[in-house]
Amino acid sequence: MTWSIIDTWIVIIGGLCAAGCAIPGAILVLRKMSLMGDAISHTVLPGIAIAFLITGSRDPMAMLIGSVVVGLVTAFLVQAIQTFGKVEAGASMGIVFTVLFAFGLVLMRQAVDHVDIDPDCVLYGSIELAWFDQDPEGLGIPRGAIVNGVMLLANLLLLLLFYKEFKITSFDPALAKAQGFQPSFMHYMLMTMTAATAVAAFETVGSILVVAMFIVPPATAYLLTNRFSMMFILAIFLSVLAAIIGHISAITIPTWFGFSGTSTAGAMAVATGALFLVAWVVSPLDGMLVRMWHLFSTRLHVVREDILGVLWRLEERGQKELLLVQLSEAIGTTPFLVKISLQLLQKRNVVSKTKLFWSLTDCGRKQAAAIVRSHRLWEVYLDKHFPQDVHQLHQSAERLEHITTPEMQVKLGNAKEDPHGSQVPADE
Amino acid sequence: MPSLEQIVRVLSLEDYNTRVVVLGVMALGAASGLVGTFLLLRKRALTADALSHATLPGIAVAFMIMVAFGYDGKSLFGLLTGAFVFGCIGVLAILGIRHTTRLKDDAAIGIVLSVLFGLGLCLLRIATELPSGSAAGLSGFIFGKASSMVASDATTMGVVAVSIALVTMVLHKEWTLLCFDEKFGSSQGWPVIWLDILLMVMVAIVTVLALQSVGLVLAVAMLIIPAASARYWTSKITPMLLAAASIGCLSGWLGAVVSALVPRMPTGPIIVLICGLWFIISFIAGPKDGLIIRQLTRLYLNRRIAKQHILRAMWEVCESNAVPEFTVDSIVYVRSWNNRTVIRLLKKVSKLNYVTQLPSGKWLLTEFGFAEAARVVRNHRLWEMYLITYADIAPTHVDRDADMIEHVLGRDLVAKLELLLDATKIPQSPHAIGVTQ
Amino acid sequence: MKVEAGHSTTSPVSIHDLTVAYQRKPVLWDVDLDIPEGKLIAIVGPNGAGKSTLIKAVLDLVPKASGKVMIYGRPFAKQRKLVAYVPQRESVDWDFPIDALGVVLMGRYNKIGWCKPVRKQDSKAAMESLERVGMADFARRQISQLSGGQQQRVFLARALTQDATIYLMDEPFASVDATTERAIVKVLGDLRSLGKTVVVVHHDLQTVREYFDHVILLNMRVVAHGPVDEVFTDENLKKTYGGRLTLLSEAADRLARH
Repeated sequence: MTWSIIDTWIVIIGGLCAAGCAIPGAILVLRKMSLMGDAISHTVLPGIAIAFLITGSRDPMAMLIGSVVVGLVTAFLVQAIQTFGKVEAGASMGIVFTVLFAFGLVLMRQAVDHVDIDPDCVLYGSIELAWFDQDPEGLGIPRGAIVNGVMLLANLLLLLLFYKEFKITSFDPALAKAQGFQPSFMHYMLMTMTAATAVAAFETVGSILVVAMFIVPPATAYLLTNRFSMMFILAIFLSVLAAIIGHISAITIPTWFGFSGTSTAGAMAVATGALFLVAWVVSPLDGMLVRMWHLFSTRLHVVREDILGVLWRLEERGQKELLLVQLSEAIGTTPFLVKISLQLLQKRNVVSKTKLFWSLTDCGRKQAAAIVRSHRLWEVYLDKHFPQDVHQLHQSAERLEHITTPEMQVKLGNAKEDPHGSQVPADE
Repeated sequence: MPSLEQIVRVLSLEDYNTRVVVLGVMALGAASGLVGTFLLLRKRALTADALSHATLPGIAVAFMIMVAFGYDGKSLFGLLTGAFVFGCIGVLAILGIRHTTRLKDDAAIGIVLSVLFGLGLCLLRIATELPSGSAAGLSGFIFGKASSMVASDATTMGVVAVSIALVTMVLHKEWTLLCFDEKFGSSQGWPVIWLDILLMVMVAIVTVLALQSVGLVLAVAMLIIPAASARYWTSKITPMLLAAASIGCLSGWLGAVVSALVPRMPTGPIIVLICGLWFIISFIAGPKDGLIIRQLTRLYLNRRIAKQHILRAMWEVCESNAVPEFTVDSIVYVRSWNNRTVIRLLKKVSKLNYVTQLPSGKWLLTEFGFAEAARVVRNHRLWEMYLITYADIAPTHVDRDADMIEHVLGRDLVAKLELLLDATKIPQSPHAIGVTQ
Repeated sequence: MKVEAGHSTTSPVSIHDLTVAYQRKPVLWDVDLDIPEGKLIAIVGPNGAGKSTLIKAVLDLVPKASGKVMIYGRPFAKQRKLVAYVPQRESVDWDFPIDALGVVLMGRYNKIGWCKPVRKQDSKAAMESLERVGMADFARRQISQLSGGQQQRVFLARALTQDATIYLMDEPFASVDATTERAIVKVLGDLRSLGKTVVVVHHDLQTVREYFDHVILLNMRVVAHGPVDEVFTDENLKKTYGGRLTLLSEAADRLARH
């Protein structure tokens, strides 16, 4: 990998652009409107095309105004078709942005003689060439960095200024309206921010990859935090990180396979996706691993209690000890889970092992009695209130015994015998 | 401007190229109209958008694999198979995100759409460097390149369109059930999950077919716009399917013709624009919930209410005076209207032969007008009395409400009211109160 | 019942001639009401009777087809600070990344005003409100981790922190646990002793007598309203819930179809 000043600027521009997108993006995700970001970033194209046709130049101000106007028109049309045409939000967006995008493409083809821009550039952006487009004062700062930097600052400023207004109109629009904070004003301000950010970013990452910057880092942040402010901080951090990882992988990973490199903008989008994937799996709030661990530990808990129950009933019939295989057969689960559980129980001094046979300790006998008591009381309770056949009674009680709290235990009563005629162990 | 000769050549499909493109996109339009109708009813419009964007890496991967195994990377069938596989992966990823995180549908769609599209761009760039096989044409799938179609492509589209029409015909009852009430369907023992999967597979097939002509960015338009337009013409499912298919077909034809005649008109976007035009026409002029029809209904209702108001006012005046004549002023007196409104309304009802103006300047309620006014008043009084009897509200309080309600009282509802009320409380017939011609 | 056209300037909420329609289907027809000051008032009626709509109409959240609502004789837009609102629990997304304190603080936003940040005294007031509903220990808890009853108490605290004169609550007792129900009843009592006016949409007929002073029986129109002892009679309830509903809603359906 060879790193040059160009690469540094690519990362800086990408980072500024991504961070700028993350701010309106986070609000969009929280409002469940992220696809408005998608729709508006598509309609930047006709906005730019119209600005080109009218002014005949690539004047950035005209481009900005054109795109923001078309962006607001998009937001308005989506709303209008949805309310007056009885079309659901998604379809309404789909109709508006595809038609406007198609219109933009046709305009661009028609205007191809007058201005030099091609649809491919709109798609991919030209971040690789951004360094060569220097500012007129010759400070050595590429124009892309200035444009995206200004946009980031503007978005930050608006966010800080309207922080609590964005919060309340996103969480509870009805309360916001009753308090006099205009939700529709905030909506169109957000749409303006989105359109302006999209046009600033499109030269860098292209109009479709802006969508990745809008949606993916904020969605990732949403998986990682429960706090509103953290949502923005994390989204900005993740988007900058994605920009860095994206460029580095764009110039390194293909070289491992003998290629020279790939699209930086594309790689940045993929990097946001990779970060999302990581958060999806390892998020401490409700990532896949956490979810799986919850499932697994509940499962183990149940197996442990079942082992104690089985051993206690065994003693009730006069036997004392069992092999691991017999235990796993009696519980109906894999020997592996039984083995792990037994090891933990042994560590807690609840069961003991002599040669290959397992039996209860004194301490374990007490715990086991409590479990069996709870099981049999449940059977009594269920039999009394929801008469059903004896086999089902056992099944239901089997599930309930593991979740019985002490308060519930008290309410279950104090019967001496279960419906099958077995003794209920005394409460100790 | 194209010459007449050119137009004739294009319309008569003389050119081989035009023929292929026109027939191909017409078949595509019909197929996407059919599938799109169900997609729209299932509220999955933008899932299809994510699906079409997700096909890009599939195309690149398929190309690389084919080149790696020494085949020609340009085999359309191979590329589209790759696209299909990745489209399905995209849909699965959306479902996965939705079911295992707290993110909602919109974010799931956005993530899949943008990340897979980004991946596609990366892979395409890499594919262009492959030593054998030229990947230059692959990016044509993004915006579509209808001119690259050959006869076999059009045939494939035709075959697919016919098969989709057949599947739709066979399954249209089941899919309607799926879209309308999924839970009921599954409680009735229908395999809704498989019906759903089959629908999404059909969507994926149509999307993949649309890649070549309209491109992946705009493929979703072919699916949803004809279907959304069809909704404004009918509310029954079978006519809606036919309408959507026709609109799709027609847009395809018009689009292909325009792009063949006018220079620098890319086929895909033109087709989408024409679809959009159809939508605008339907949205405004469609007989079901179209903008015009809704305004007209409202206007009609307002007029009817005004007509009934004036009839009742006339009847009340005539009843209290015991003569069927009245002056404009007496109407102004009982209703809080101004002179102009009353005269305007009177002129309107006189056209219906309810009233005639006497030479003295007074107005006369005709026999016909009398009967109509009596009906309106009777409905009104029934309702008013009903409210008084049952709702414990002072009569003066009821009046305004009853004014609104009477206009919706149909005959059966009135019969119900009569049953609920004492027979003696039903207002007398107009002739019995001493008003005679 | 009051039928006169003018608005009372002493009534906290004076509703005159109010008609509300969704699309073209009327939900409230010609409601005339002067809500008495300093009382606990229940709005009772069957499903779809327009109870929530009445509250929303007072708050200008739904467009009115006709009629006016006055808060102490002036339009709501000028009296926002006097009115606190507890919406139905289902009306918001509980996965939103915000903690209980953050939700309660929203009640202060109107006092703080546009663009100004939240101050220390606002947080203090919000904490006090949380304490009043017994939720101080959960201030930093993300809202999706609270039980249904706890979420309801957070909403109640948010209304308390608005320090209003009139409280409008939409089904605060809907599916809450006994602790929450006791907490809400206690808060209602406190508010009454402070002379506040509290209007509650209520669904449980059993507890109306126990919890409230006044009752409004609503079924698209006001069937009866007044002190609980006088108005909450079997006869009136029959009028509210009885067969009339079917006919009225049939008429409404027809109106919508026309």
